[in-house]
Amino acid sequence: MSKAGIKIENVHLSFGQTEVLKGVNLDIKPGEFFAFLGPSGSGKSTLLRAIAGFGPNPKGRILIGDRDVVGLDPWVRNVGMVFQSYALWPHLRVRDNVAFGLKERRVPPEQITSKVDAALELVDLADLGDRMPNQLSGGQQQRIALARTIVVEPEILLLDEPLSNLDASLRVQMRRELLRLQRQLGLTTIFVTHDQEEANTTSDRMAVLDGGVIQQVGTPQELYDQPSNLFVANFLGTANILEGHVETDGDQARFVTKTGDILSLPQGGTGKNIVLRPQNIFIRQQSSANALPGKILHREFLGSQVRYLIDAGGAELVVDQTHGGGREWFDTGSEVYLSANTANAVVI
Amino acid sequence: MSTTQSDRADRGLADRLPNALVPSLSGLHMVALLIALLLLGLLVIPVAQVIFVAFQDPATGAATLQNFADFFATSLFRESFWNSFYVSAMSVVVATIIALPLAYITTRFHFSGSILIQSLGFIPLIMPPFVGAVAMQLIFGRNGTINLLLRDYFGFTIPFMDGLNGVILVQSIHYFPFILINLSASLRNIDRSMEEAAQNLGSHGLRLFRRIVFPLAMPGYIAGAALVFIKVFDDLGTPLLLNVNNMLAPQAFLRISSIGISDPMGYVISCILVVFSVLSLWASFLVMRGKDYATVQKGGGGTAKRELKFSEKVLAYGVVIFILLVVLSPHMGLLLLSFGTIWSFAPLPDAYTFQNYIIMWEGSKTYIINTVLYAGIAATLDVIIGTAIAYIVIRTGIFGRKWLDYLATAALAVPGVVLGIGYLRTFHSVDVPFTGEPLASWWVIIALALMIRRLPYALRACTAALQQVSLALEEAAESLGATKRRTIQKIVLPLMTGGILAGFVTSFATAAVELSATIMLVSSNSDAPLAYGIYLFMQTPSGRGAGAALGILAVIVVAIGTVASQFIIERDKKLKTSNAVH
Repeated sequence: MSKAGIKIENVHLSFGQTEVLKGVNLDIKPGEFFAFLGPSGSGKSTLLRAIAGFGPNPKGRILIGDRDVVGLDPWVRNVGMVFQSYALWPHLRVRDNVAFGLKERRVPPEQITSKVDAALELVDLADLGDRMPNQLSGGQQQRIALARTIVVEPEILLLDEPLSNLDASLRVQMRRELLRLQRQLGLTTIFVTHDQEEANTTSDRMAVLDGGVIQQVGTPQELYDQPSNLFVANFLGTANILEGHVETDGDQARFVTKTGDILSLPQGGTGKNIVLRPQNIFIRQQSSANALPGKILHREFLGSQVRYLIDAGGAELVVDQTHGGGREWFDTGSEVYLSANTANAVVI
Repeated sequence: MSTTQSDRADRGLADRLPNALVPSLSGLHMVALLIALLLLGLLVIPVAQVIFVAFQDPATGAATLQNFADFFATSLFRESFWNSFYVSAMSVVVATIIALPLAYITTRFHFSGSILIQSLGFIPLIMPPFVGAVAMQLIFGRNGTINLLLRDYFGFTIPFMDGLNGVILVQSIHYFPFILINLSASLRNIDRSMEEAAQNLGSHGLRLFRRIVFPLAMPGYIAGAALVFIKVFDDLGTPLLLNVNNMLAPQAFLRISSIGISDPMGYVISCILVVFSVLSLWASFLVMRGKDYATVQKGGGGTAKRELKFSEKVLAYGVVIFILLVVLSPHMGLLLLSFGTIWSFAPLPDAYTFQNYIIMWEGSKTYIINTVLYAGIAATLDVIIGTAIAYIVIRTGIFGRKWLDYLATAALAVPGVVLGIGYLRTFHSVDVPFTGEPLASWWVIIALALMIRRLPYALRACTAALQQVSLALEEAAESLGATKRRTIQKIVLPLMTGGILAGFVTSFATAAVELSATIMLVSSNSDAPLAYGIYLFMQTPSGRGAGAALGILAVIVVAIGTVASQFIIERDKKLKTSNAVH
């Protein structure tokens, strides 16, 4: 199958007076599984729909391969899109749903039959061709929607929140399925989601969007470990953020919180905040050098972990401790000292 | 949403607890029994009687198919049968031609005329079709406005109103809103993603409409079309007023009124009317079954609407204005007629006057009083019975409760003519206590006939109203110590008020202009309601002006009723949502 990259250059888009996309630039490589991650209203779905040709025409350029598709009608773009609601036509049998795009492309009937069979085989639903869509489960409908889209061999595949209408266990199974299919077909794929776990587990790279602006682009691990701003830090996983400033003394760098507590840093940096993940903070009963004094406000038992809410350094910090067994817990109200693994911390 | 869910839960609960509920519901049992008897006496027996007589030898009383053989052996009846069928089918076609562009333009495009269509498009329904028929004659008839102008300027005429054409034109202009309403609703319920998915796969334009949009809107279209077909097939007033007598309903009326209630042909025709009504309802039910295509759903994008280009906009406005002009012509004609002195062989009336309204007012006081009385009684009984049936069906486990619903709804399939003939036949030998006159010619029977005719609509309104009242609200009252009876009084009925009131207003307004059943049952002028009065006025050329004035009055009554009931429903909806009763 053909592989095409996608280049998005300075795309602006407004609904009436409201500007939804404010200058988006992106470069998606051929064959990449790329995620748009962001809260609702961030513009991620709008951007996806603009690539497919739905909604108002954006300003800027959207290149699929080396063809600028801005202004083209959706039906000439050869972009495959799977809708959040699946959008299976209830009056057509599963087989006819899948065959629809082939018929529009005037593919000869005998080829249609074999291609439809192959597509149904690919999504593992070869024997459901004669059902009506409303006789299928949510997961099956999802697969049919996928089969209907890939059977026409689009240049790129767009998935708009494809898992959001499925229940939790099915979601995990489907996202593995999606990834398997994408690898098998090698199709450049964009996956829109508001669920960081979905984005983390499937995508090669992702873009975090907020307020119509791309906040950061990178691999899931880069974005988690090295968030470039507080929004990304907060949106991906739980982030403890302490305000303060960096002081350097020779080759010794340290972060001074607004309460005057000190955390030593492996290297200097600029920024008014330090981001600490919950698993990188440790609770001690005794004070030591560079330890933050704190008070335990709340404790939750989560099974594999015990989560504490601790008042320290002028903020309420979330600290996770692995629970191996037994009951070696700190009680609510007790005074403790926190040490942080600042090698994995980010100052921004 | 949550209404259907809680509704299902309610029924489930009621089914599981019938025995526990029974002791406290003996009163409701009595009510259910009473309603069942009423429906039996006023609906089942009269209709059964009609069918029975149709299969009975008039001389010996033995069962026979001879009447049907006679019917089909008579060329007039064969012709009437064919004409009724032809007129109904053609009315559906013409109504579709009117409704399709209006529905499509309003639901698929950002079109500033949409509100105009949505409001003006429903105006035909608020005028009884036979009222408009005379005005249509004056505008589209052989010597009407349009043809006079055509003859003067172009030298030819178009037989819009000649014979069956007239009936088709009047009926399709009157009934097309049924298709418009249903088709628009279906089109509006198609989620944007349904079309976008097709575009994404390479489809657009007419192909997209033919392969995706229209099939998805089909159930709504069929529902509307079936309704138009039945209504036209059963209608008596319009053909009578246009003097087209070679159709089934007028034949039934003429046979009974001229030959008498012992003539079997009237019954045979009634039988055929009932069979066709039931068949078309059944057919539309079959087509609709399992095809709830309402696809607007979570994660969808609502309806796809797009902007029109300038040239498209001009075209759209042209089409819409032309259709609206045609559709509103009966109203304009009626208005002109009511204010005109003489209107004959001229494009417009010779001069204008208030005289018709004065004559109408003096000559129609009885009609108006009778109408208020009959429609008032009918509508009151409708909402009382409707509420009772709704409560019994939804909230109790009374044996056979579903049958009350079915029976009351079955009145939909009984044409007015048939009900009228059934009453005449069933009640002519029953005397009213004390006065000694036959029950069939007592005025109360007219009110009861109207009550039965409007009951299905009132029942739907009451059922909808009750379904919005969550069972938890009742349980809360009961757990605080209220008895079943107090709960219904203090909680259920007050919460249903809006829906009940809307049902009352609609029943009243439509009963006020009903002709088919009443025309059979009116035995003297002093018992006649408004619709019958218009019919009488329109029989003579000199009475037309006053008839039109009375027609305008009828239109105003129905219009006020429709607006009021919409207002009540909207207000109620707002109240309910602000209280968040889920």
